[in-house]
Amino acid sequence: MLKFFHRMASPKYFYQFAGKLIPWLAVACLGFMLAGLYDGLLLAPTDYQQGDSYRIMFVHVPAAWMSMFIYMVMAGAGAIGLIWHIKLAEVMAISSAHVGASFTFLALVTGSIWGKPMWGTWWVWDARLTSELILLFLYLGVIALYNAVEDKRTAARATSILALVGVVNIPIIHYSVEWWNTLHQGPTVTKFDAPSIDIDMLIPLLLMAVAFKLFYALVVLMRARCEILQRERNSGWVKELVRASS
Amino acid sequence: MNEFFHMGGYGFYVWTSYGLALLVLLANLLSPILLKKKLLRELARREQRARRL
Amino acid sequence: MTTANLSQAFMILLRRDLTLAYRRRSEMINPLLFFILVTALFPLGIGADPTLLREVGPGIIWVAALLAALLSLETIFRSDFDDGSLEQLLLSPHPLSILMIAKVFAHWLITGLPLLVVAPLLGVLLDLPGDAITTLLITLALGTPVLSLIGTIGVALTVGLRKGGMILSLLVLPLYIPVLIFAANAVATSGAGLPIDAHLSLLTALLALAISLSPVATAAALRISLS
Repeated sequence: MLKFFHRMASPKYFYQFAGKLIPWLAVACLGFMLAGLYDGLLLAPTDYQQGDSYRIMFVHVPAAWMSMFIYMVMAGAGAIGLIWHIKLAEVMAISSAHVGASFTFLALVTGSIWGKPMWGTWWVWDARLTSELILLFLYLGVIALYNAVEDKRTAARATSILALVGVVNIPIIHYSVEWWNTLHQGPTVTKFDAPSIDIDMLIPLLLMAVAFKLFYALVVLMRARCEILQRERNSGWVKELVRASS
Repeated sequence: MNEFFHMGGYGFYVWTSYGLALLVLLANLLSPILLKKKLLRELARREQRARRL
Repeated sequence: MTTANLSQAFMILLRRDLTLAYRRRSEMINPLLFFILVTALFPLGIGADPTLLREVGPGIIWVAALLAALLSLETIFRSDFDDGSLEQLLLSPHPLSILMIAKVFAHWLITGLPLLVVAPLLGVLLDLPGDAITTLLITLALGTPVLSLIGTIGVALTVGLRKGGMILSLLVLPLYIPVLIFAANAVATSGAGLPIDAHLSLLTALLALAISLSPVATAAALRISLS
């Protein structure tokens, strides 16, 4: 097991291993997504209060979960890269930024679209929505800073610090619903007693959540391979690869 | 079938959301694929220039 | 030659920054004027209805304070970076994070404290009740140091960049938002006569967090930027 991690630290080995893993992740992701969509859109019962509009939840909630999960991964990988100078950790951190920002954007927009028929408004400045919006800006800040710094190693370390500073925001998002009495739905799944959501709605939600996680794994590996190609462009194995592909 | 698209009157909202989700996912899939192609092309060009010198 | 101990180094750095600022004291006025001007723009833009102004006043003053703080952030490392003394600071045997506290403290005395002096005037201009003005001062006293501390991290990250100023705003403003929310809310709440213990506790907590963690982040960021 330890040897696996050791080998993984080598960019070349990671590149090849990730390349082999990607098709499997793609298949698994597609499978879960189709199952989740079928279950969520067709099988799950219509909600008593919200009618069929609640089905937006099956993309909105997983997207929101991913937006926060990916940020933690990004900050964690950044911290590992910063403390132990592991190149792969730096690569994983920045490879997560774009897809994290995308999920945050998706959560905000689908939430807004869901909110219109439900609460009569496209947007409200309550704590959770505002914190999610701030999260989007944090992601964009990381991306902007990474693009602004020439040397990518310096860029990776600078953005790691930025991501860590922003980590304080994540608990604020999660607990804001308990701290302020607001318009947004109270916590129904990630709390300490049994989820108060119907099981027929919970299952498609979890299926979509797994699908989105697999999608993230898929995309981050794809981006990481690009980043590695860029960073290692002067090394022998990359030159060999380029020669083989042209 | 019709009520599937109608979604109890909320069809526009539900399908716009799912459509956007699809767009976001596709964009995130295509982006690294195109990036890798571009990178390999550029590196190949660099190799050729280096070999000519 | 004797090496100064940590507290001596701290005081030397503090006194140096204050002296340099004093020699350019006309520059100290700029963020202050900005603060007043921006606040004055709002009644001109949204109409002079006193009830409306009283309602949005806390938010307006705090947004203006935030922007003034952002504007004045650039100065904290700029001249030191340009003449090379920032790199000298990095070579010091003393822990860089403590020296950062000295720099930020000096910066706050120069740019943050004057805002507190002017704030009551702005409160009067926007017809805030007396309670609200007192709370405004307290929140500014607690909040502006946090703005300086957090903002300095952003400056440290961007000091080596060519167009650092633009990206600085993008990095720092999202981190400022919790301070804005708690502080403006506190002022508005106290204006309505309600208790604000929770708000002040949260602001103090933010300050404690900022003082303990941001110097470390700033030091790390500086080492990275100047590497």
